[in-house]
Amino acid sequence: MSEKQKKASAYWKENVRYLFILLTIWFAVSYGAGILFKDALNEIKIGGFELGFWFAQQGSIYVFVILIFVYVRLMNKLDNKYGYNE
Amino acid sequence: MTVQAWTYLLVGITFAIYIGIAIWSRAASTKEFYVAGGGVSPLANGMATAADWMSAASFISMAGIIAFAGYDGSVYLMGWTGGYVLLALLLAPYLRKFGKFTVPDFIGDRYYSKTARIVAVICALIVSFTYVAGQMRGVGVVFSRFLEVDIDTGVIIGMVIVLFYAVLGGMKGITYTQVAQYCVLIFAFMVPAIFISIQMTGNPIPQLGMGSQLNDGSGVYLLDKLNGLSTELGFAEYTDGKKSMTDVFMITLALMVGTAGLPHVIVRFFTVKRVKDARKSAGLALLLIAILYTTAPAVAVFARTNMINTVSDQEYASMPDWFKNWETTGLLTFNDKNGDGKIQYVADTAKNELIVDRDIMVLANPEIADLPAWVIALVAAGGLAAALSTAAGLLLVISSSVSHDLIKKVFIPNISDKGELWAARGAATVAVIIAGYFGINPPGFVAAVVALAFGLAAASFFPAIVLGIFYKKMNKEGAIAGMVVGISLMLFYMLKFKFGIFDGGKEAVAGLEKDWWFGISPEGFGSVAMLINFIVSIVIMQFTPPPPEEVQEIVEDIRIPSGAGEASDH
Repeated sequence: MSEKQKKASAYWKENVRYLFILLTIWFAVSYGAGILFKDALNEIKIGGFELGFWFAQQGSIYVFVILIFVYVRLMNKLDNKYGYNE
Repeated sequence: MTVQAWTYLLVGITFAIYIGIAIWSRAASTKEFYVAGGGVSPLANGMATAADWMSAASFISMAGIIAFAGYDGSVYLMGWTGGYVLLALLLAPYLRKFGKFTVPDFIGDRYYSKTARIVAVICALIVSFTYVAGQMRGVGVVFSRFLEVDIDTGVIIGMVIVLFYAVLGGMKGITYTQVAQYCVLIFAFMVPAIFISIQMTGNPIPQLGMGSQLNDGSGVYLLDKLNGLSTELGFAEYTDGKKSMTDVFMITLALMVGTAGLPHVIVRFFTVKRVKDARKSAGLALLLIAILYTTAPAVAVFARTNMINTVSDQEYASMPDWFKNWETTGLLTFNDKNGDGKIQYVADTAKNELIVDRDIMVLANPEIADLPAWVIALVAAGGLAAALSTAAGLLLVISSSVSHDLIKKVFIPNISDKGELWAARGAATVAVIIAGYFGINPPGFVAAVVALAFGLAAASFFPAIVLGIFYKKMNKEGAIAGMVVGISLMLFYMLKFKFGIFDGGKEAVAGLEKDWWFGISPEGFGSVAMLINFIVSIVIMQFTPPPPEEVQEIVEDIRIPSGAGEASDH
């Protein structure tokens, strides 16, 4: 493997690791908190919201937005580290 | 001024703006027609994507559906936003790096096969046509209710407007009109929501008002109040719902994956300059979409509570004007079964006397809450902006699939740029006429099929694209087999359980519910078909030759963000 290829595959590995972590959170807030564990979380009330219901109709969406912006930041840093920015 | 005068004024002004933008930004080359020249800023692209994505269904129907479904409506909220996470992380940056014009371009090149390209074109056309017919219908409904022209005339006016700026401006015209349309539609959605939130809870932020105490000094939380009202009338608790957990899970997944696989959304990311712009504009798009999507459930709670309070057990004779207005459209019907002159609105269908079409909730909401005339007119202009922006985006996919993927890439490879541009305009014109025809003569199944379009996109495109990027060894045999099996299975399930064609037609559908595989509804089955697509692709790949060296090099290249250059057709 050439130097260039090594660099590319190291970059790709880090990228995939970020994806794995971010998608785990993505799954946890929507399918986890909003669906699978909804009933248990509904026992907890914050203001007028049952927590499971809140995740399903509000919270998961806020987290989705944050996830993409975190991803943008992480990837911009990664691009700089490997010299792929332009 | 009356509501109608305000509506003419606001709709007139917004239409003039759209047309002005279209003239200013008309396309001169195929590159401008397909990808707006490739120099759109991330913010403009984010706004355009948001307007493109939020259709008549998001603006007009979604809050109404949630108002009647309660917790079960969450599938749309999570499904139609969570898909953007998949899009931003798994697809958009790589497809931008790949740098072509359309989704079938990617499938055709990555899987080095004309067959794969043609399968992708067919999938894109099925998905886009079902979708666009629903948009034209939405335009017709808004026109007929607020401008009091009949639905057919409304559809034709909508067709002319879309034709004008889609055909003239292509992607460039569409992008900049969509930016304007986003501003109109979000303003139109938020203003009444904020008004009503203040009215009911005293909190100006609807997202918080939804979880606040009522304004009447009782100290009761709005959601508790609504749960109480719902159970009293025999409905399921609002925050609980009645769909099975498996089904909620599967529908959410199908909508998310389908969102990420929709060609009219994906192509928007071909219009920005660099890979990092594609990532950023996906984030901005979701942020702008989330403003509406987190407000919609609040609107649903307000509208539902207001409606029950206004009608339940009240004298029919004392109903306000909006009630009578909507009765004349046939979207709201009252049948005094027990002859007591009062409206019984209950879950038991034998005793229920009021039928409310869910599509009217957002449009009627400002009237129910007694807001000023200009707010009501604003909602009409917003509904039109939402429907027109999505229709235009879909028409572009249809026309580029025909002129670029079929005419240029398959039939006449040496067509000149100018010739292709005219072919694209011709295809867009034909597509508008077909869409308009379906808007005027809607096949009874349009609404049902729109929801299923996501299942079809999930079952066909998503696995092929993801494997194409993340699995270098995936070959054409695997991908084609996966797409064909996935979309066929989804079509079969949809025809069997949604249209009952193997069991004697529509009447049989209700009785087939107990036969659903694993208790999964047709809307959620896209998830299963998608998984099967993945499995078939990977299994077939094991027994067929690997992709050629140069294709594997393409895959390595799209994984690296630098050197994206501009989108081009060679």
